[in-house]
Amino acid sequence: MTCSVINQVAFSIKDLQISYGKEKVIKGIALDIQEKEVTAIIGPSGCGKSTFLKTLNRMIDTVPSSRVTGSICYRGQDIYAASTNVVALRHNVGMVFQKPNPFPKSIFDNIAFGPRLQGVRDKQKLKQIVESSLKRTALWDEVKDRLNSSAFSLSGGQQQRLCIARALAVEPDVILMDEPCSALDPIATAKIEDLIEELRKQYTIIIVTHNMQQAARVSQKTAFFLTGNVIEFGETAKIFTKPKEKKTEDYITGRFG
Amino acid sequence: MEVRRSFHEELQQLIAQLLMMGDMVEQSIAKSIRALKEQNLELARQVVEEDDAIDALELEIEAKCLELIARQQPMAKDLRKIATALKIITDLERIADHACNIAEACLKIGKEPLIKPLVDIPRMAELARGMLKKALDSYANNDVQLAYEVCRADDEVDSLHNQVFRELLTYMMQDPKNIQQATSLLFISSYLERIGDYTTNLAEWLIYMVTGERKKLND
Repeated sequence: MTCSVINQVAFSIKDLQISYGKEKVIKGIALDIQEKEVTAIIGPSGCGKSTFLKTLNRMIDTVPSSRVTGSICYRGQDIYAASTNVVALRHNVGMVFQKPNPFPKSIFDNIAFGPRLQGVRDKQKLKQIVESSLKRTALWDEVKDRLNSSAFSLSGGQQQRLCIARALAVEPDVILMDEPCSALDPIATAKIEDLIEELRKQYTIIIVTHNMQQAARVSQKTAFFLTGNVIEFGETAKIFTKPKEKKTEDYITGRFG
Repeated sequence: MEVRRSFHEELQQLIAQLLMMGDMVEQSIAKSIRALKEQNLELARQVVEEDDAIDALELEIEAKCLELIARQQPMAKDLRKIATALKIITDLERIADHACNIAEACLKIGKEPLIKPLVDIPRMAELARGMLKKALDSYANNDVQLAYEVCRADDEVDSLHNQVFRELLTYMMQDPKNIQQATSLLFISSYLERIGDYTTNLAEWLIYMVTGERKKLND
């Protein structure tokens, strides 16, 4: 399938199907993800939302039995084309996971890891990247005096913001977040949510969340997934006040799921 | 450290919108009474026309309140602020309707000479506007004292209304030709009395907003 650049669209997904072995988990979905917006993916466990997220930077390649068909165009490029440079794709499309997963290194080295991998050697330049990344995640003031301490000395919420800073350090375009707050307390969660709001000015964010209220709070668009299909996709304000589909309504009002 | 900044910003915008609506309603009362005093029919027509904008703003604020409740799960004082907005915009809209009714009564009276100099009616309007101003300040600043003052001022509006009623009755008895205009003026007085009552309703909600307790002060 051919891809073309669509104005203000980061990802254009068409007829996407994903199977693990014989089991089809995504059954043919189409979505356009707007740039510089937060798109939330909600749905009950097993609906395919994390699987979907993992295909967007081809993290799903690490699952040997997985098979992907259809097309995912990122900025006009088919990411499943043979010519795609997967390493470059993952620089552009960063990811933050459910549990904070800092490397067993210092705070500084966690952030500098990606840029070093990209070949940045200049110490001043690295310092600058570390500082700006930490500032963008509102962590700088909390850690600037202990950049050489282990990342594990931070609280869970700080570790998660560190992981976001680490993703930002390689100058991505899109950030994928897979339940980024499910291991955090409400205040740490609120800080991450504030951060998401701040980051969307510069980045495209796609967030998978079990927490419907979080989707309602942080996103501009929401997609409701159910058993491998997209039931409804649209403005978050609409989805949560007057959804079009009965299944969406039942899910968000707790009638099933 | 403050978290949930974007929600708090949205809440501030909602408050600003509600205050703007309140301001427009207050202007409507002021204009309708000025139209009456000056027998300025152009101004009266303007009040009637401007009512649409107030109605539209009510719907806009209502939608915003519902969206904030659905999306942001407001708690405690934030929830009370939004619930109060949702309740008081209805009363504000009705107050505006009454200002409109006053303007329509002006149009009915037209340019015919007034049967008496207007003293108490403008005084009632001033009081009612003052009450509304206080209620809006109370909403903006979470000031419960102002809300109580609003309730107290309503007694004065009520007694002025009774006074206007008695006085107009004497004019009507004096000369049946006065009845038509006197009835219009009596309606106007009655609208102002109702505006006072609605503003007291606002005040009761404002007391709830600040203290979390519902009190009935409008007897």
